[in-house]
Amino acid sequence: MSTLHTINKSPFSHATLASCLQVCGKQDGILLLEDGVFGGLSSAPCAEELSMMIAAGVKVYALKGDVSARGLNGKIHADIQLTDYNGFVQLSIEHKCVQSWY
Amino acid sequence: MIFSLAIYAAPYTSQASDSAFRFASALLENGHTLYRVFFYQDGVHTASSLSTPQQDETHFTQNWQALAKNHNIDLVVCIAAALKRGLLNQQEASRYDKTAYNLATGFEISGLGQLVDAAVISDRLVTFGG
Amino acid sequence: MTKTPSKKLLFISRHAPYGSSLAKDALDAVLASSAYDQQLSLLFMDDGVFQLLNNQSATEISQKSFSSLLPVLPLYEINSIYVHYESLEKRHITINELVLDSVQIIDSTAVCSLLAKQDQLLSF
Repeated sequence: MSTLHTINKSPFSHATLASCLQVCGKQDGILLLEDGVFGGLSSAPCAEELSMMIAAGVKVYALKGDVSARGLNGKIHADIQLTDYNGFVQLSIEHKCVQSWY
Repeated sequence: MIFSLAIYAAPYTSQASDSAFRFASALLENGHTLYRVFFYQDGVHTASSLSTPQQDETHFTQNWQALAKNHNIDLVVCIAAALKRGLLNQQEASRYDKTAYNLATGFEISGLGQLVDAAVISDRLVTFGG
Repeated sequence: MTKTPSKKLLFISRHAPYGSSLAKDALDAVLASSAYDQQLSLLFMDDGVFQLLNNQSATEISQKSFSSLLPVLPLYEINSIYVHYESLEKRHITINELVLDSVQIIDSTAVCSLLAKQDQLLSF
């Protein structure tokens, strides 16, 4: 059974994304929302680890409303899928549990 | 599916309150059930009847009231977290000899057990923290 | 009437004590859950591991010391208590500095597996 991890803080100022990546499984999903979308930048502290997770098969998503709000359109890692709240609901159903890192 | 939400952040101070509301709205639009929204820690401030945002700002209290009324959702505020933060219903105000009470209509004060009950009854529990 | 099977509920406590209410609020939630006859576990991770340090004395800051609060967990039959190894290591905390004896120290891979076994996660 897999977990959906939600990250709402910027990795430039919080260690939540780093902690999540430590315990994230290959079947798990990661959703970046609110300030967590800054984690999708190539300049982000965990960018390399996040890329490795994506390469290993972990699906990473970002809420497009939060990406647009912060002027990050076109700046997020190409393999991070932009989604909306309908997508967030669907992800929470596809995974067994939701771990909220805040 | 049956969902419950746990909201631990105050409205306005962080985006969590807004994210939670949008998630709640989406799950209902997708035909799922929202069993309970449990407000804990600073999340209890969502239940203040005195909340007075500007005209062009989101009125979270009213939004949750309307959603709850339309979809029969249980809005529960943790009693311990509420009392210490000055959120009281009429009964608690009377019990503690306070001159006023401010719990908004549609919200109910109850214990932490309601969070656990929500976790037991629901298929999915999603937490929104600040 | 058939009894509903109990669920596996994991409380994840990631915040240091005293500086915010999250650690205490998590503990209160765990204790409240003991009345519900579910399969409860508690995981301390990140700064949450600081809650486990022995010799805490919080009188001068007018708070209840976690060194006194945490030992009641077994009395509420909360015995599945996990501590994230890498969080301890990063903070240079050794096992003999912990206030609880009967915790299971588990690494990141085991934490991943632990999460995958649960029915609900209560995130603090």
